[in-house]
Amino acid sequence: MAESVKDKVIGIIAEQAVLEPSDVSMDSTLEDLGIDSLGLVEAIFAIEEAFDIQVPFNANDPSESEFDISSVAAIVKAVEGLVADQKA
Amino acid sequence: MKRVVITGQGTINALGHDVPATLEAMREGRCGIGELDIRDVERLSIRIGGQVRGYEPEAHFNRQQIALYDRFTQFTLLAAKEAMEQSGLSFIGELSQMSGVVLGTSGGGMNTLDENYRSVYEDGKNRVHPFVVPKLMNNAAASHVSMTYNLKGPSFTVATACASSNHAMGLAFQIIRAGGSQVMITGGSESMLCFGGVKAWEGLRVMSKDACRPFSANRNGMVQGEGAAVFIFEEYEHARARGAEILAEVVGFAMTADASDIVMPSKQGAARAIAGAIRDSGLDPSDVGYINAHGTGTAANDKTECAAVADVFGAHADELMISSTKSMHGHLIGGTGAVELLACIMALKDGVIAPTVGYQEPDPECTLDVVPNVAREAKVDVALSNAFAFGGLNAVLALRRA
Repeated sequence: MAESVKDKVIGIIAEQAVLEPSDVSMDSTLEDLGIDSLGLVEAIFAIEEAFDIQVPFNANDPSESEFDISSVAAIVKAVEGLVADQKA
Repeated sequence: MKRVVITGQGTINALGHDVPATLEAMREGRCGIGELDIRDVERLSIRIGGQVRGYEPEAHFNRQQIALYDRFTQFTLLAAKEAMEQSGLSFIGELSQMSGVVLGTSGGGMNTLDENYRSVYEDGKNRVHPFVVPKLMNNAAASHVSMTYNLKGPSFTVATACASSNHAMGLAFQIIRAGGSQVMITGGSESMLCFGGVKAWEGLRVMSKDACRPFSANRNGMVQGEGAAVFIFEEYEHARARGAEILAEVVGFAMTADASDIVMPSKQGAARAIAGAIRDSGLDPSDVGYINAHGTGTAANDKTECAAVADVFGAHADELMISSTKSMHGHLIGGTGAVELLACIMALKDGVIAPTVGYQEPDPECTLDVVPNVAREAKVDVALSNAFAFGGLNAVLALRRA
């Protein structure tokens, strides 16, 4: 079976955080994982490339962006939504 | 130490094709930012910019010149021509041997790069025009100014991203002050509004899709501009002896490095540059009446810059005016400090403070007097121009009324 969206996103985040995917828990925040603003922009780029989607995100105001980055779980959910929208 | 004055200024940018048109737009608080008119704009997600409009290279340059002049060089030469005409100088004999040109640019001939990469990668061509290298090199504009005006002294190009022009003008100031030259042509130019240029900035996710609103709580990023501004810096006694009109005096300059992050600004680095420029001028912080802010309209810059100004000036921070003209002409990257120096000179010479347009909501982290939306009349004795570049390289100039 193909890798799930969740596994792929965790893989991307783990790579940015220089951690093993098993060390990335769903309730951790990017800050917990030591990912700074540049790491975040790189992770979003990697997500866009991996799923061939456009992520609505402006680094000037991450909290106002439509894309929720408050935790790993939130990011996975947002990406699942974008992937579903794209298939629809 | 020699005193240094400004005896000529020239520009072309989104607000106008010369200094009078630009200053009129600044006085009226007119915004020059609009929809980009460039090839493949439909493939961009950022589609606005401070583009120079109604510009035909053929109206100013012949075919051979256009073959050698990238758009950033063309802008430089037009701005230099206006500044030279105002100064009334000509470079012959010993003056020519000692005088030079120091210019700032970040991208150099970006349009030339873009067009030729397109040609070899997208169109699959295996041959490019023979002048691609001399057209795209960062020092092309400085070299063409030296050739056009017979400048044979210290000449070079400075590339420190968004602080390039301020570093260039600061170095020109220091060369004259130290007695190394009597006249320097200086300023900066940028022309990055091409598909590759805008696409690269898009990647960083710091660009606004609708407007540049520095210091406003609802700001959402920077907007790129293009153009040039060029000044004639001249040793004071030299200018006085020939009866030249003095637009303003350059009295201080400082540069610092944050040594911390490649994109995030630092309050300490900015504050040290501001304080350093004041110290270098021998003036007191309370003499400063106006600051042309770096004011990019990003969340990070504007709050950091306000905090740095508050740190340096203490209670006087609430007395002075600070505006970002990027809200009107956009961020000219390596040319931005030069166009912004026009606003500093206008404040000192004409007593008109250019506004921060697009200002809509107060931000508790930016509580200084940002001269929102409408220009203001005020007598100013000393003005500063801030530039804080990616890479943490900061350069601040101090000017005094002539």
